[in-house]
Amino acid sequence: MKIAIIVFPGTNRENDIRAALVTAGVAASNLQLIWHRETAIPAATDLIVLPGGFSYGDYLRCGAMAAHSPIMREVKSAAARGVAVLGICNGFQILCESGLLPGVLLSNQGLKFVCREVELEVATNQSIYSRKMVKGHRLRAPVAHHDGNYFAAPEVLAELQDRDQIVFKYAADDNPNGSALNIAGIIDSSRRVLGLMPHLENATDPLAGGIAGRAMFDSILNG
Amino acid sequence: MVESFVVNCYKPPMDNKQAIAASLDWSQAPAQSQDGLAAGLKIDEYERIVTALGRVPNQTELGIFSVMWSEHCSYKSSRKHLSKLPTTGPNVICGPGENAGVIDIGDGDAVVFKIESHNHPSFIEPFQGAATGVGGIMRDVFTMGARPVANLNALRFGDPSHPKTKHLVAGVVAGIGGYGNCMGVPTVGGETEFDPAYNGNILVNAMTVGLARADRIFYSAAGGVGNQVVYVGAKTGRDGIHGATMASAEFSEDSESKRPTVQVGDPFKEKLLLEACLELMATDAIVAIQDMGAAGLTSSSVEMASKGGCGIRLNLDLVPLREDGMTAYEIMLSESQERMLMILKPESEALAAAIFAKWELDFAVIGEITDSGNLELIRHGTRVCALPLSPLVDAAPLYDRPFVIAEPAAEFDDSTIAPTHPDSLLRDLKTLLARPNFASRRWIWQQYDHLVGGQTVIPPGGDAAVIRLTRDHVDMKKGLALSVDCNPHYCFSEPRRGGAYAVLEVWRNITAVGGRLQALTNNLNFGNPEKPEIMGQLVGCLEGMAEACRALSVPIVSGNVSLYNETNGEAILPTPVVGGVGLVDDVSKAVTIGFKSAGDLILLLPATRTDLFLNQKTSSLGTSAYRREVMGLANQGRPPAINYSLELATAAWLGQMMKEQRISACHDVGSGGLLVALAEMAMKGNLGAAVTLPAAIAPLVAGFGEGLWSYLLTASPTDAEAIMAAANTQGITIFTLGKVTAAAELKVENHGTISLSELRAGYDSFLPNLMQN
Repeated sequence: MKIAIIVFPGTNRENDIRAALVTAGVAASNLQLIWHRETAIPAATDLIVLPGGFSYGDYLRCGAMAAHSPIMREVKSAAARGVAVLGICNGFQILCESGLLPGVLLSNQGLKFVCREVELEVATNQSIYSRKMVKGHRLRAPVAHHDGNYFAAPEVLAELQDRDQIVFKYAADDNPNGSALNIAGIIDSSRRVLGLMPHLENATDPLAGGIAGRAMFDSILNG
Repeated sequence: MVESFVVNCYKPPMDNKQAIAASLDWSQAPAQSQDGLAAGLKIDEYERIVTALGRVPNQTELGIFSVMWSEHCSYKSSRKHLSKLPTTGPNVICGPGENAGVIDIGDGDAVVFKIESHNHPSFIEPFQGAATGVGGIMRDVFTMGARPVANLNALRFGDPSHPKTKHLVAGVVAGIGGYGNCMGVPTVGGETEFDPAYNGNILVNAMTVGLARADRIFYSAAGGVGNQVVYVGAKTGRDGIHGATMASAEFSEDSESKRPTVQVGDPFKEKLLLEACLELMATDAIVAIQDMGAAGLTSSSVEMASKGGCGIRLNLDLVPLREDGMTAYEIMLSESQERMLMILKPESEALAAAIFAKWELDFAVIGEITDSGNLELIRHGTRVCALPLSPLVDAAPLYDRPFVIAEPAAEFDDSTIAPTHPDSLLRDLKTLLARPNFASRRWIWQQYDHLVGGQTVIPPGGDAAVIRLTRDHVDMKKGLALSVDCNPHYCFSEPRRGGAYAVLEVWRNITAVGGRLQALTNNLNFGNPEKPEIMGQLVGCLEGMAEACRALSVPIVSGNVSLYNETNGEAILPTPVVGGVGLVDDVSKAVTIGFKSAGDLILLLPATRTDLFLNQKTSSLGTSAYRREVMGLANQGRPPAINYSLELATAAWLGQMMKEQRISACHDVGSGGLLVALAEMAMKGNLGAAVTLPAAIAPLVAGFGEGLWSYLLTASPTDAEAIMAAANTQGITIFTLGKVTAAAELKVENHGTISLSELRAGYDSFLPNLMQN
């Protein structure tokens, strides 16, 4: 599998996702970091990752600047061709800002940055990102964000539910940011573009963070 | 500060000595002694300048002198005594004097680290003050060629009920998080303490630890006459002018009027600067590099040129400016953040410019290295400064300030403290754990991204944090154990023992996770050194620190001094914070504090010869947290004595047992004593304990005394046997305290039982409640 990791100025979890993918079995030679100024995604890319961080400092709405960077035109057209796109944390925010996913991520209800482990629930395994997971299964993984409070119009939320597009939810008593329907991750209607707030890439190493997130990478790579 | 332009052109009298002055800009009045006072200099310091120059300085020159001779930049009060610290050792690559200290950790790897204060700015503007403190210390570390891999901080706030405290805590924590989180550097550890002594003067000390290759360290000594001086990073604005001077003065009620001297941070810009610098450092283009921190362009240019034994000429018209009409004085004294000064090798300009263009940062050649030995500045085509470098750096006053170190008090008689109630041991424990200084710090460290990078093996909330190291994206086996510590109450009661104990605390925290302490950095926070008793605290703490460093064979390789931490004449407690870097050979063997399995034995290690406290030759409750926090009484008597040979033997033995993976949990016994440590281990592991306190010692002393015990351990019964045998051969005494139990409660024989949920109630809720209401 060939994977392109997009690096914006201010991206800071590119090495975390890289390590998680290598741990999951991706050859380092199949991972490519793509600088935001570039204007092409390498041919035969199977998965594009938008990692976490603070693209352009996130001084405007999180992800808003990155959504307009040159490389995002290419990401959008790749997604239209059916290339899988995974946005984590800031990547999720960028996907929402660029219109690849519906809704928006508002400031956390507590108005503070929160970095802690949360209890997640696999809301569906009907996705290339969760197919190796059991629906309803609980796992613990960290979040680290200031703006993870997912918000969308009621009809959008209803549609996400009706079409089984909510992939990960926070346990009802462990929602760290106040997101609607306890949403932690959603997929687009093509079921190829996933945005999620929790850092499952920081939960793939038995010595640092545990291995609860491995099932997602297993799903991506070993469908 | 220069508020307005003087229109008249002064023509100072000329003689031979003053030939150089003839070419200078005198569009403003020559600086007089009252200008020196306004800039924070003493009258005699002004006269010293005139003598050194052989003429009066102009206003720009005086400004440059005032920051270079500020306490912050010149260490004029502390330098004499700082020289008592051991700063060398076989692993030291670079000791104090550069941007940060550098040690060799084997395999060609080096660790670059330093702690620095941003106390005054954080009190005036907590978010930006703390944020730029973190930004500044990270720059110090990556200036030397290291990628920052961890941040820590040591914070002191006033009484939680003081009207300002909540606002300061919220701002400082958000500021630290805001900067470090954006940079993608995990904040993995720290300490926070509340005491009324910090009501008017909080402490914000930030430490950064970076990883470099030992043969790729970058220094600040300029060289090569004709080499270009390059300015990179953010533009220069009017923020932070005279920040270093402000940081070197006492506060008064109008201190908030100094808000304009606080810099504004842009962590995004610094993230770009970090990546651009490291990219350039991978090439061969740099001769020297120095960040612009305190005193901005002044101290960076002066230090680079003077360390290189050369001169430097800057054309200030070429400096990227954020606003129009800035004077030479303002440009030179600005403390705008996220800027660096570099000396490039000839013909490297294009390569360097391209890298900085890629990262969308300013890049400007602003001058050149000369052989004049002078700092020459041009503004609007006029020479505005022509100062010989040597007086700026070498003629700074060195004060041997009078000091008084109080005679050690008599040992406190532990037997004079009666329990608050016959059955109060566990009730007192609950009280103590809910006190501001013992309650959980989770509310704080959850606002720091402590996981970014994916290398955090032991996150905050334990003894030391442990991070794994990587090279070229490959995880190494080894890691670093990191801790910061200080007990200001010990330092106040007896500076020498307090200073030594700060070192010992770090030593134990790092030992407890399976690390070997390699080197230290210190942040000396004190009041006004012109008062002999404050100067005595500084001298005593330094001597104690030096004693402990020598005894434990650990050098101090970097540090920072923050004096004048007083408001309206009220000094803070002496707070010499020590930060330590330990090496963990195999991070998979690192040990955490939480109980692991029911049935494990709980073992207790003494910190001194047991007969000493059995015979009341040493005391443990006089300066204890129990006395202050539970009884509400002031410290009395002496802080604990340290048995260095036992510490060394215990650490060596403990390291061996951890290497053999015989220890399932370990926690150092520090402030609060044995019961606090036990409760923390239980709460962390969500398992209980059934213990019996050592019979020969009064329960209150055994349970809450400080200085009696060094570590609490757990081990399976099988491993415990091997542990005991090994300890025996080393002459180390071990008490078997009891067992880890499945029931979530602490049971202390003869003193009852308390559930963990009851202990957690106050422990977990103090900070969230304080910050919510």
